[in-house]
Amino acid sequence: MSENAKSLGIGDKIMIQMQDVNKWYGQFHVLKDINLTVRQGERIVLCGPSGSGKSTTIRCINRLEEHQKGNIVVDDVELNGDLKNIEAIRREVGMVFQHFNLFPHLTVLENCTLAPIWVRKLPKKEAEEVAMHYLKRVRIPDQAHKYPGQLSGGQQQRVAIARALCMKPKIMLFDEPTSALDPEMVKEVLDTMIGLAQDGMTMLCVTHEMGFARTVANRVIFMDKGEIVEQAPPDQFFDNPQNERTKLFLGQILH
Amino acid sequence: MSKSIGTSGSLINDPRARAWAFQILAIVVVAALGWYLFNNTQTNLEHRGITSGFAFLEHSAGFGVSQSLIDYNESDSYGRLFLVGLANTLLVSILGIILATVLGFVIGIARLSPNWLVRKLSAIYIETFRNIPPLLQIFFWYFAVLRLVPGPRQSLSFFDALFLNNRGLYVPAPVSADGIVPFLVAVVLAVVASIILARWVKVRRDKTGRGFPLLLTSIVLLIALPGLAALIFGAPFHWTVPELKGFNFQGGWVVIPELFALLVALSVYTAAFIAETVRSGIQSVSHGQTEAANSLGLKPSRTLRMVIIPQSMRVIIPPLTSQYLNLTKNSSLAAGIGYPDMVSLFAGTVLNQTGQAIETIAITMSVYLVISLSISLLMNVYNKRMALRER
Ligand SMILES: Nc1ncnc2c1ncn2[C@@H]1O[C@H](COP(=O)(O)OP(=O)(O)O)[C@@H](O)[C@H]1O
Ligand SMILES: [Mg+2]
Repeated sequence: MSENAKSLGIGDKIMIQMQDVNKWYGQFHVLKDINLTVRQGERIVLCGPSGSGKSTTIRCINRLEEHQKGNIVVDDVELNGDLKNIEAIRREVGMVFQHFNLFPHLTVLENCTLAPIWVRKLPKKEAEEVAMHYLKRVRIPDQAHKYPGQLSGGQQQRVAIARALCMKPKIMLFDEPTSALDPEMVKEVLDTMIGLAQDGMTMLCVTHEMGFARTVANRVIFMDKGEIVEQAPPDQFFDNPQNERTKLFLGQILH
Repeated sequence: MSKSIGTSGSLINDPRARAWAFQILAIVVVAALGWYLFNNTQTNLEHRGITSGFAFLEHSAGFGVSQSLIDYNESDSYGRLFLVGLANTLLVSILGIILATVLGFVIGIARLSPNWLVRKLSAIYIETFRNIPPLLQIFFWYFAVLRLVPGPRQSLSFFDALFLNNRGLYVPAPVSADGIVPFLVAVVLAVVASIILARWVKVRRDKTGRGFPLLLTSIVLLIALPGLAALIFGAPFHWTVPELKGFNFQGGWVVIPELFALLVALSVYTAAFIAETVRSGIQSVSHGQTEAANSLGLKPSRTLRMVIIPQSMRVIIPPLTSQYLNLTKNSSLAAGIGYPDMVSLFAGTVLNQTGQAIETIAITMSVYLVISLSISLLMNVYNKRMALRER
């Protein structure tokens, strides 16, 4: 399977281009000269110690956080203060959060159709068909009329993935999608993500699931203290890390 | 030693005996007080030659009222006067609740605005009006603001149709004319057409996803259809414009200064509390909800309407209910400036004239109880419907 997932072609088209991106929280320099290029169909895993700036990096890509220096171009759209550009980018970039952030007052189906109806202007019936299609893909079509509070954590996270997919995004961002889950539910979510990877989705995942990184990623990036310290294909990254900080980190998480 | 303490103070120190003693004492005190009140009332009534009971409601009141929503003149009964007071209380309460809700929501949302100035201004509003006693605010509007307005002869006039003086705000009133029936039919038609249109727009959006300028079309319909009717069938009504006759204005409608002051003061005061309620309700919705909506590309206004407000309503409604109750009860501060509400009219003037203190107070208290319980009931029904949607 690992070969199958990786043998999929990576396009030439550049989907995300981050150039010398810097960000500060007050005096605190969170992101230091981040340079990152993601091509179509590429699957990248971002790891590093807590507080190293992984979330901030991916949240800059859809402007949940604003960077102060450098350029970010997503699918040929420059991320500047222009609201039209931000809207355009958010339409094409899906995001999955650590704590799911489903809308608790809406059913699973309504969670999935809200944005397609109001942002993509899809007819309701079509939006529901799309939603059911993706709910089938994450294997919970039978829960469509329940509310998020009635589902297990793993099911909620799969709904969150389906909700993002319903917008037919070109890029998916994952911010520690399995960290808030009970251990027995991690696999069902990772399997869903592997399925996505096999379909050729461009993915940027913050995760410490090293098995997933080995199976799916084209490239693993290690961040520490707001910098990209090392990046390499997974085999090389795990078996032969170059940087001392990477070795220390891997030593800690791989025991 | 210890033995002697145990026997000599056995009853005084026994907790159960003490508890009994206190309860018996409490009952005796309450009974004595009740007997005293009853006896006192009886003697007072006998002394003043007043018969108890509700027969006085039939008697003629013999005095006029500055504002009445129903027909009333001096020879009408106290019972009718009660209805006048009730209607006036309901008028100021209902208008006050509507105004305070609109103002409160706007200021509460502004309190969280990304714009610094808007945020600060709404904070100042809330802190100012929340912390000044409502009676003082009523006095402020009545004595400080409206008293500065000139008398009838020097009225401030707007377009020779609106007149503001210290007797109130005079506005033109419509009087029905020939074209009234076609006009009303046209209004009804326009409303029905708008409702049908709204349903069609929803069906079409569900089917095709396309939007429609519903509000604009409805407004055009509501203006055009009645306008057309008026053109074809003649004017639906003509206006009686207030005119200065002698010392005061005649014709038109008048908003008396007491109503104006009471309404503005109560709405502004209550809106400050509602704004805080709305702010804390919105803040109770986790920031992750906004982020999820943003990441899906939903616009801020859409996010507010579809994601934030529905969730915050659950937190907002219980305190909102108590603000509605407060406003209704505070409307009895009308007595301070002589607005003829139920308290100043019925539990005030009528009580003084008839001396039927127990009856008037009892009636007035029951009415407030009924109004308050109705508001609570309505809000509970609404809250249940909102809450049901979660699970
Ligand atoms: N809104 C914020 N204000 C101030 N500091 C923040 C804020 N968000 C994150 N930080 C800080 O920025 C650093 C990077 O955070 P984050 O990107 O969430 O790290 P990671 O996801 O790698 O754990 C952390 O030290 C965090 O404390
Ligand atoms: Mg993080």
